[in-house]
Amino acid sequence: MTVATDKTNLQLVVNGILNENPIFRLVLSMCPAVGISTTVMNGFMLGIAVLFVQVCSSCTIALFKNVIHPRIRIPTYTLTIATWVTVIDMVLAAYLPEAYAKMGIFIKLIVAFAIITMRLEMFASKESVNASFWDGIGMGLGFMFGMMALGFVRELLGMGTLLGYDVLGFKPLLFFVLPLAGFFCVGLMMAFFNYIEIVYKRAKRA
Amino acid sequence: MNTNHTLRRILLSLVLLLGLPVLAQGQELIADQDFGKGPNEIVVTFAGTVDRAMVEDPANYRVYEEQDPDILLALESVVLAADQKTATLTFKEPLNARLSHVVTISHLSEGGGTAAFTVMKPYLGYLFSILIGALLINNFVFTKYLGLCVFFGTSKRKDTAKGMGLTFTMVIVVSAIMSWFFYQFILKPYGLNFLQIVVFIGLVSLTVQAVDTVLRKVNPALFNAFGVYLVLVIANCVIIAVPLILADNEYKFWESFMLALGAGGGFLLALYLMSSVRERMELANIPRTFKGVPIAFIVAGQFALAFLGFSGLVIF
Repeated sequence: MTVATDKTNLQLVVNGILNENPIFRLVLSMCPAVGISTTVMNGFMLGIAVLFVQVCSSCTIALFKNVIHPRIRIPTYTLTIATWVTVIDMVLAAYLPEAYAKMGIFIKLIVAFAIITMRLEMFASKESVNASFWDGIGMGLGFMFGMMALGFVRELLGMGTLLGYDVLGFKPLLFFVLPLAGFFCVGLMMAFFNYIEIVYKRAKRA
Repeated sequence: MNTNHTLRRILLSLVLLLGLPVLAQGQELIADQDFGKGPNEIVVTFAGTVDRAMVEDPANYRVYEEQDPDILLALESVVLAADQKTATLTFKEPLNARLSHVVTISHLSEGGGTAAFTVMKPYLGYLFSILIGALLINNFVFTKYLGLCVFFGTSKRKDTAKGMGLTFTMVIVVSAIMSWFFYQFILKPYGLNFLQIVVFIGLVSLTVQAVDTVLRKVNPALFNAFGVYLVLVIANCVIIAVPLILADNEYKFWESFMLALGAGGGFLLALYLMSSVRERMELANIPRTFKGVPIAFIVAGQFALAFLGFSGLVIF
């Protein structure tokens, strides 16, 4: 049953951050990427939550994969994720009420993030607990990296600050603070990464 | 002719059914009552002229929201207009015009007449404003940024967009109503609010599975057209956001129905608009770096800018 990957743990983590980055490569879980990536801190907090849920659900499913009937696997995945989301939701509400209030409904919505369900279906349901754990870490970090990169650009351009500290001393493009600027920001950053890739390939060929 | 008649009768009974709470006023001393122009005002029109000193004394008033009779709302001032009939009640805090407010006025006349009445908005208009609100003003895709994965995934073709939008509307209405029943009659009475996420997503999975099974047996043609979208419904944040919003705001049954319908319709609208643009974009000459998803994001941003124009729109 187990189809072990030939990748090492480190490769699994790097894969999640770069090759299969949930936000910029797989184009999954875009709602938070547009909605609340206004500051680096927001991205970091939601990243922690997603990392926790992804790792825990991946390990749970990898542990029980042999007893889950294939016909009901999707509801099983959703309920597993919902349980872990409830856990992180209550923990954050109790210990970090301010950050929790900023995040609003998005913590609860992790349950519907396509990235987690997809990873369970594609990876955790086939692999060992160990590999699933590292894949979960990679995906979680990849998501956190994407969110923080977006937050970095939007906070710097929108408010001239980073992590709340004044860096530039002026506000270059106030527009980027608006929630809807998330669409433009994601689009421009994707185009930027595409451009780097094209340049890189051209340089390699020459 | 005949069907027209039946339709009219059904509509009439529906209007009567929904409009009944509005008719339940009835107090001889009070001619009319409504929420005022400001957010913390109630305007009362008396049937006859009243004593200024009595009416303008805030101590004679007891005002509370119908569901919380224990919490009295603090009154700032009462001003009687020059015609001695119209009084404006100003409160310290803005009122929630969604809820019906019970107002009791004592010492209205020499003999100590008391008037009690309920202030609420016309129910049908209010329901309509919820529908339009969810559809346009607070469109889930363009102003709340939810359901984007599925939005970008299925907006390449008009046919796909229509299929996804319709399937989604159907599932969200059914699952939101089920969630409402579960929340009101099981979770709330037994203090199980912490199970919200698990129960709501469980109900969605259940609905999707049920629609899948029923459609497969009853209408295979329809299943072939819409079956593929059913799995995607569950990966859409809106489907879980709507029950959570219903629970947070304590919406009643028809309000919940309208919000779910508006959310589904809004998603369908957003998908259709986007797919129309993306079909045309395939013919356009787009820079290589922007081809595909990046340009779709830019277009979605422009739609969001356009939808910003609806913000602040107040119906009724």
